[in-house]
Amino acid sequence: MIRFRIIKRKPLPGWAKIVIPIAAILATLILSAIPILLAGGHLWKSYFYLFHGALGTRYNLLETFVKASPLLLTGLAVAFAFRAKFWNIGAEGQLLAGALTATVLGVNLGGIPSILVLPIVIIAGFLAGGLWASIPALLKTKLKVDDVVSTLLLNYVMIHIMGALLFGPLQQPGSSWPRSSAIVKAACYPILMPRSRFHMGIIISFVAMLIIWFINKKTTFGYQAKAVGFNIRAAHFGGINTTSVILWTALISGGLAGLAGVGELCALQYRLIMDISPGYGYSGIVIAMLGNLHPVGVLFSSLFFSVIIVGAQTMSRMTGVPTYIAEVIQGMALMVMLIFLLFTEFKIKVLRK
Amino acid sequence: MGNNDQPVVRMSSITKRFLDVTANKDVSFDLYPGEICALLGENGAGKTTLMNILFGYYTCDAGEIFIKDEKVDLAAPKDAISRGVGMIHQHFALVPSQTVLENIIVGTASRRGIFLDLKSARQALLELQERFGLQIDPDARVWTLSVGEQQKVEILKALYRDVDILIMDEPTAVLAPAETADLFNTLQSLVKEGRSVVFISHKLNEVMDISDRIVVLRGGQVVAERKTSETSARELANLMVGRELLESIEKKELAPGEPVLNIKNLNVLNDKKLAALMDLNLIVRQNEILGMAGISGNGQTELSEVLFGMRSPTGGAIQINDRLLNFGSPTASIKSHMGRIPEDRIDTGLLMDLSVEENLILENHSSAEFQFCGLMKSQRIHQFSEDLIKAYKIKTAGRDAATKSLSGGNLQKVMLARELAGEPSLIIASQPTRGLDVGAMEYIHQRIVKERERGAGILLISDDLDEIFALSDRIVVLYEGKILGEAPGATASREQIGLWMSGVKA
Repeated sequence: MIRFRIIKRKPLPGWAKIVIPIAAILATLILSAIPILLAGGHLWKSYFYLFHGALGTRYNLLETFVKASPLLLTGLAVAFAFRAKFWNIGAEGQLLAGALTATVLGVNLGGIPSILVLPIVIIAGFLAGGLWASIPALLKTKLKVDDVVSTLLLNYVMIHIMGALLFGPLQQPGSSWPRSSAIVKAACYPILMPRSRFHMGIIISFVAMLIIWFINKKTTFGYQAKAVGFNIRAAHFGGINTTSVILWTALISGGLAGLAGVGELCALQYRLIMDISPGYGYSGIVIAMLGNLHPVGVLFSSLFFSVIIVGAQTMSRMTGVPTYIAEVIQGMALMVMLIFLLFTEFKIKVLRK
Repeated sequence: MGNNDQPVVRMSSITKRFLDVTANKDVSFDLYPGEICALLGENGAGKTTLMNILFGYYTCDAGEIFIKDEKVDLAAPKDAISRGVGMIHQHFALVPSQTVLENIIVGTASRRGIFLDLKSARQALLELQERFGLQIDPDARVWTLSVGEQQKVEILKALYRDVDILIMDEPTAVLAPAETADLFNTLQSLVKEGRSVVFISHKLNEVMDISDRIVVLRGGQVVAERKTSETSARELANLMVGRELLESIEKKELAPGEPVLNIKNLNVLNDKKLAALMDLNLIVRQNEILGMAGISGNGQTELSEVLFGMRSPTGGAIQINDRLLNFGSPTASIKSHMGRIPEDRIDTGLLMDLSVEENLILENHSSAEFQFCGLMKSQRIHQFSEDLIKAYKIKTAGRDAATKSLSGGNLQKVMLARELAGEPSLIIASQPTRGLDVGAMEYIHQRIVKERERGAGILLISDDLDEIFALSDRIVVLYEGKILGEAPGATASREQIGLWMSGVKA
């Protein structure tokens, strides 16, 4: 009789950190052949257009960055929270809080010097997302309310707050649609490359990535958050104020998601609409896990996601494979990555009896 | 059932190893119908392991088990239960939100079609209750019951499964005295019907009270077997504790100095809200090692947690170097110049997933020496941790190695290095060598002696009597939250300490 047992393995060497994600992505693409073929697509042609559509032309390449920006921010938001074991499933709601705040300010800040408008909008959007995330953090630290549930449910609260405002005080006068008035010119993100939508928010998200990396690596706060995440009891024993660490983590995490909302509003839509986010907050969870909660990993996984999303459009146009295949590939990528990560710690031993 | 010569359980030459620890070595154990047999031994003597093997929880590496004259191969508890063996662990396996009845029928096939047959189950339960005098409302939710009542539910659960060999792992550890008397009555009525009970314990008085026969385990082996009527608590204490050769530790003669720790009328509750420490008074002085002996579970954990700032007492005061300790704050304990060695180094003391360096700086990473405006001074931190790794001879691939890659002895060295780096005036060492090999143990003992010579006062909490005797200037015995006795380390007798540890005040 042959039996299998999962046992711990010795820690892998450093190169595994680079090899494993690449192997995971290759395995994902191989596995994705199954749904592509099932959808009746031609395999090589589909993959060619998938990547050509995302990277092949100047406009598409820049568009991939446009798509990556909110994904990078929500991915960072989730990764930063998860690192301290604050289970923030609410990046979607925090993103909306940021977009909503940017709308209110962006519509009404016409009267002040235009140089001040954008900084105010960005900071306020960050704070709005952060404060929205600090509600479940407070509930967690003070009342031991489960953060998975509270962060998730607050998403729906925020969606309906937004809906109520868009059908009410924020609705564009004379419009019958749930949409706000356009924000003033000074509140719009500058476009940095002509004939594209490559905007300032993309730079902001890259800078945010560097800042998070720096916080994690170089600051006492980053160290404390890591300690709280890995063993909150030992962190408490060692004199770390775990409550304050979790609160600050929530504030920064929610703030990053809020910035994603500001970016979508001030760089792409210019006015608030109900579907300002096609679920970027939820994608952020997948991206954070795929990037192994490391800022650089999150950068690459958000780029991978945006390649798939942008490329799937071209693929669909040229081969008839539905764009939904993009979501199948995203889901597959996470599953493969999680399994691969499992095998960095464990191996299967075959027992013969 | 009257034939007392035919054992109902025979375990012969059982050996069980966990990685490199041998928990049971060539142990043979028989159990007869209609008897209460006590398994007596210190923590880690292998009592629970042996019974977990009989219950099918562990499989043994060598040896044979016969239940009712049939050779058995127990792969899982269900194999044991189907042969009439039941075991009640220290931590109950009950669903708090369900009723007594629901808990009892879990996993048994009492149903009609797809529906549970609660009616006949209730009938059977009521009959059992009647027969053994275990009165509990079948419809009460388990979370509303006291610990003693929950234990009754566990016993009923076993009886409902027609268990005639009942193993109880330290059943009195969680009970109030009145509940203990109740339990003993129940056990007596069980054996009167010809059932057998194995009673795992390290409390001598209880063992003398309840058992018919006593098997003493030490270091994974059976060292003695006695009829209860033919032995005494004194003899058992000696058998249990043993007389092994001691390592030789040289200690300078030092006169104790000023008190560094002064505990006054400390009252503490445990997690179950029962009194863990009652009006405890204790003084530790400079240049002194105060050994606190006692079987674990008598309040040692709660005492160290209060000192570490991890638990708040309900009353009393603690003075450290003339200053009152602020309760419930680890930071306050650290600032009071206390070196803290927790008994649970893996879950409480260390962050196993972080690097050795990250563990070494846990308590002082935010001091001005190691950070400026929230930025870590990595140069200094590296220097600090490399110095400590060298000074304490920590065997590690480097300061960046994951702490979990270290051996048990080296983990404890990391713990000591961190806690002693600031030359604390008071050191609380709780089970500092538990689970360590002889080499690591000696290193740690020498380190503790060195700290004493430096001038620190040390409270050594340990359930290892050899360690207590080797190191202590003064020995106190903690029993049920109180100091039962005190003796100077040089002249204390092991027998006396052993009796105190078992609650015998003589």
